[in-house]
Amino acid sequence: MPTQPPTEKLDLLQGTLDLLILRTLIFGRQHGQGIARAILETSREELFVEHGALYPALQRLEERGWISAKWGVSSNNRKARFYSLTPAGRKQLVAETSKWRRLAAAIARVLDPAKEG
Amino acid sequence: MFGRKMFRRRRDTGDFSAEIEAHLRLESERLRDDRGLSEQQAQATAHRSFGNVLHAEERFYESHHWMWWDRIWQDIRYGLRMLRKSPGFTAIAVLTIALGIGSTTAIFSIVDATLLRPLPYPQPDQLVSIEEDLPGIGARNVGTSVPEWHDFERSGIFQYVALIGGGDVNLTGSSTPARIRFLNVPPNYFALLGAKPELGRSFNPDDHTPGFTLEVLISDGLWKRSFGGDPGILGRSLRLDNDLYRVIGVMPPGFLDPGRTAEDRNIEIWLASGFGAPPAPPPLRSSRFIPKAIARIRPGLSVAAAQSQVDALVASLQKEFPVDYPAQNGWSVRLVRLKENLVGDVRQSLILLLGAVGLVLLIGCVNVANLLLARGSARGREMAVRQALGAARKRLMSQLLTESLLLSLTGGALGLAILFSAWAFLARMVPATLLRFNEVTMNWSVLLFAFAASLVAGAIFGLAPALHAGRLDLTAALKQAVRGSTGSGQQARTRRVLVVTEFALSLVLMIAAGLLLRSFADLLRVQPGFDSGKVMTVRSWLPIPNNADDDIYRTAAQEAAFLREVLRRARTLPGVEQAAIGDPAAVPLGHTRDDRNPAPLILEGHETQTNQAPLVGRCGVTPGYFQLLGMKLLRGRFFTEFDTDTTPTVAVINEAFARTYWPNENPVGKHFKLNPGVPAWTTVVGVLADARTESLADHSVPTLYQSLYQRRAKALAIFVRGELDTAKIPLQLREQVQSINPELPVFGARVLDDLVSTSLSERRFSMEMVGLFALTALLLAGLGIYGVISYLVSERIQEIGIRLALGASSRSILRMVLRQGLRLALAGASLGLVCALLVSRLMVGLLYGVSPADPLTFAGVTLLLIGVALLACYIPARRAIRVDPLVALRYL
Repeated sequence: MPTQPPTEKLDLLQGTLDLLILRTLIFGRQHGQGIARAILETSREELFVEHGALYPALQRLEERGWISAKWGVSSNNRKARFYSLTPAGRKQLVAETSKWRRLAAAIARVLDPAKEG
Repeated sequence: MFGRKMFRRRRDTGDFSAEIEAHLRLESERLRDDRGLSEQQAQATAHRSFGNVLHAEERFYESHHWMWWDRIWQDIRYGLRMLRKSPGFTAIAVLTIALGIGSTTAIFSIVDATLLRPLPYPQPDQLVSIEEDLPGIGARNVGTSVPEWHDFERSGIFQYVALIGGGDVNLTGSSTPARIRFLNVPPNYFALLGAKPELGRSFNPDDHTPGFTLEVLISDGLWKRSFGGDPGILGRSLRLDNDLYRVIGVMPPGFLDPGRTAEDRNIEIWLASGFGAPPAPPPLRSSRFIPKAIARIRPGLSVAAAQSQVDALVASLQKEFPVDYPAQNGWSVRLVRLKENLVGDVRQSLILLLGAVGLVLLIGCVNVANLLLARGSARGREMAVRQALGAARKRLMSQLLTESLLLSLTGGALGLAILFSAWAFLARMVPATLLRFNEVTMNWSVLLFAFAASLVAGAIFGLAPALHAGRLDLTAALKQAVRGSTGSGQQARTRRVLVVTEFALSLVLMIAAGLLLRSFADLLRVQPGFDSGKVMTVRSWLPIPNNADDDIYRTAAQEAAFLREVLRRARTLPGVEQAAIGDPAAVPLGHTRDDRNPAPLILEGHETQTNQAPLVGRCGVTPGYFQLLGMKLLRGRFFTEFDTDTTPTVAVINEAFARTYWPNENPVGKHFKLNPGVPAWTTVVGVLADARTESLADHSVPTLYQSLYQRRAKALAIFVRGELDTAKIPLQLREQVQSINPELPVFGARVLDDLVSTSLSERRFSMEMVGLFALTALLLAGLGIYGVISYLVSERIQEIGIRLALGASSRSILRMVLRQGLRLALAGASLGLVCALLVSRLMVGLLYGVSPADPLTFAGVTLLLIGVALLACYIPARRAIRVDPLVALRYL
């Protein structure tokens, strides 16, 4: 079992990791560690991606043709495998995003029916 | 999914690991730089937040590789090792399966050639045979008349309709005069069949000449044989029965006419005719003189749709021509798929054979399953240990199934190899009458069948052991394994069930074989009503010139003189005691339905219109024919030399004829005629005892005999009886006939006994095959029960030892073991009897003289099977009573 990080973070819902990866890559190519860090930072440290789960997910996305990968050199001159979004991945991101928004809105309505009025 | 993984360049595990390493380095550098952790701390934290590296790598490997392939490959290697380790078991199992697959494939190859492969014509599904019935008078397949043919052609239902007539013709003008088989077809025949000549052209399908076109096509065989393959054959003339024809084309070697017998298919020459001019009779609607009509249905129309349109056509024609189609006769036209028409009659036999051989394979599978189970119990410990070490049940099962499939595929391959090497021998065993248009070949569909059958067989016999492995009770198995015996109660029960199944299946097969054997024995014992021994026959043919004035055998008197001379000379030949001549219909069991030349029968006092008259078959014979064949006279007299064309026409009828038309009356002296246009009546002078001249399996049909001295026949069969030299007689007869008229052919020599036995060849083949399969099944069932009882005995060896030590008599031990076997055999036999009753009812059409529930067969076969079971149990039982109590108890 992986060790828990020091502070309690939110667990990722099934299937959301793919969405987050695709979303992160919209800003340009990035390597795995960068993606993990970006997710953590943009979620204000709320979402923690277990790094061990990240790489099989990247592999899966690559196999589906949504992202492509290439070995390159990182900003601090380290070898790293860089991922970038493919056109198919871009399309997938749009679809997944709207799906996720609908889901989130629906859950919000269920949790807080008064707000809807 | 598969394809992508298969063809894309694979990313290897090393690359993935490198990426993870890069990640860890980047992460620890970040931690060191941003958070100021020490190198060691940073690395530890990076590792911690990554989680299990090995697990990630495993996941990558599994998602990325053909895990199933890895596992199967592993299973295959392991399976091969296991099979090599127990060569005895492997050999028996593989041989059993090889036997099953080999024989099943052999039978399938026959089924493939006869029933599955299409007829060798383009779009064969559009080809039908047109068959007309007169249900009102119980007449089937009465033939087609020329006006009806024109109606069918004009109906728009068919693309082409062809009447097919034919016979034998004398060919002169080639290197040697020959007797050849010709077909008389309309010019559209080749277009209908979609066949093109290899040389020259075929007839113009739109030609509507009423008579013969004087153009012919010849077969490749005739071209090579009689014309030396002369490329200048086109345009050459040849003489057929005195008439000159011009060759316009040569058909390719593989072209066969869609006929039912080999003789009908191997046509040498095709003549085109419109059937509307002499020598054809005037085209009357009710004159259905053409026995065979085939058609190609208009493209896009199904047979069923065409049939309903034909029904409508029939109804409107009946309304239009009420005189030609009297209501009481009825008239219906059936469209029968040509293939059905040509090979339909062998379907039942073949399905029986395929079923029988399938049962053998199934029994073989059950046997191997039993062996596997027995081995499974010996391997219980291995399975238990593997499971204890963490092997998933699914993996264990798939491993066992892989082993089974390895066995069955090896068995299948061996079976095919045996089949290949015995091919020539086996192909000879198949009766020629069974194969019609296609040779039996090892083609892809046969190979595919063998492969599929092997897979199915492997799955069947692999299932039971695999399921058992899945249900293995770990603790019990490991505990028992120490003692070296692991037979669970469950497993023993399965094995008993398998043996019972095996017995039931074998009994079904043996009863089927028993019924066929009894049918065949009855057929051989049947009194045919004629004596075929020491009789030979050769055929000849008197030409029919298109111009009747050229016919030197025009009158009965002219022909009679010739026939008498032939007979006189034949009697002088060495060994010949008796000689007679008949037409082809007079050859017992050696003629076709068309040879019988059925004619409408008009009885005196019951005069009816021609088209209501029942059709009867007739034979022309010379005096002496009946005596030569030993046919028995019941009343009246045979023909004499004094029945000639100057004396009143007489006839001899058979008993069936008398029974049908003059029941409870003395038919001798009665009058009838076969042609309403002739004023004179024919008088019945004699009644024959019924003889099975049509088929040994069928009762006689009404048949009348006329004297060849009164009614001429062009096709002749010369019969001689005596101590004959079968090799010399045909040549000597030819010499004699040709010394009278050198233009006449003599051909088709047959020994009558051979004809009788050939008429049974399909039945004999089915019987021998099913009998062989049944014996195999019996052997396998015996081995099966032997295996189970031996196993049970070895299981109980200590118990038996104790019993013996406590004073049980060896007789009681023997009885105990035999009782166990008997119980299994009885359970199997009763199950089998029920199944056999169901199956045998489907075989009625193949049986003769025995009821499908023949008690003698059922009882005899059951007893035989139980006897074999007891014998198989006796061997282990004897081992049981020889148990030395001391030895048995020592190992307790």
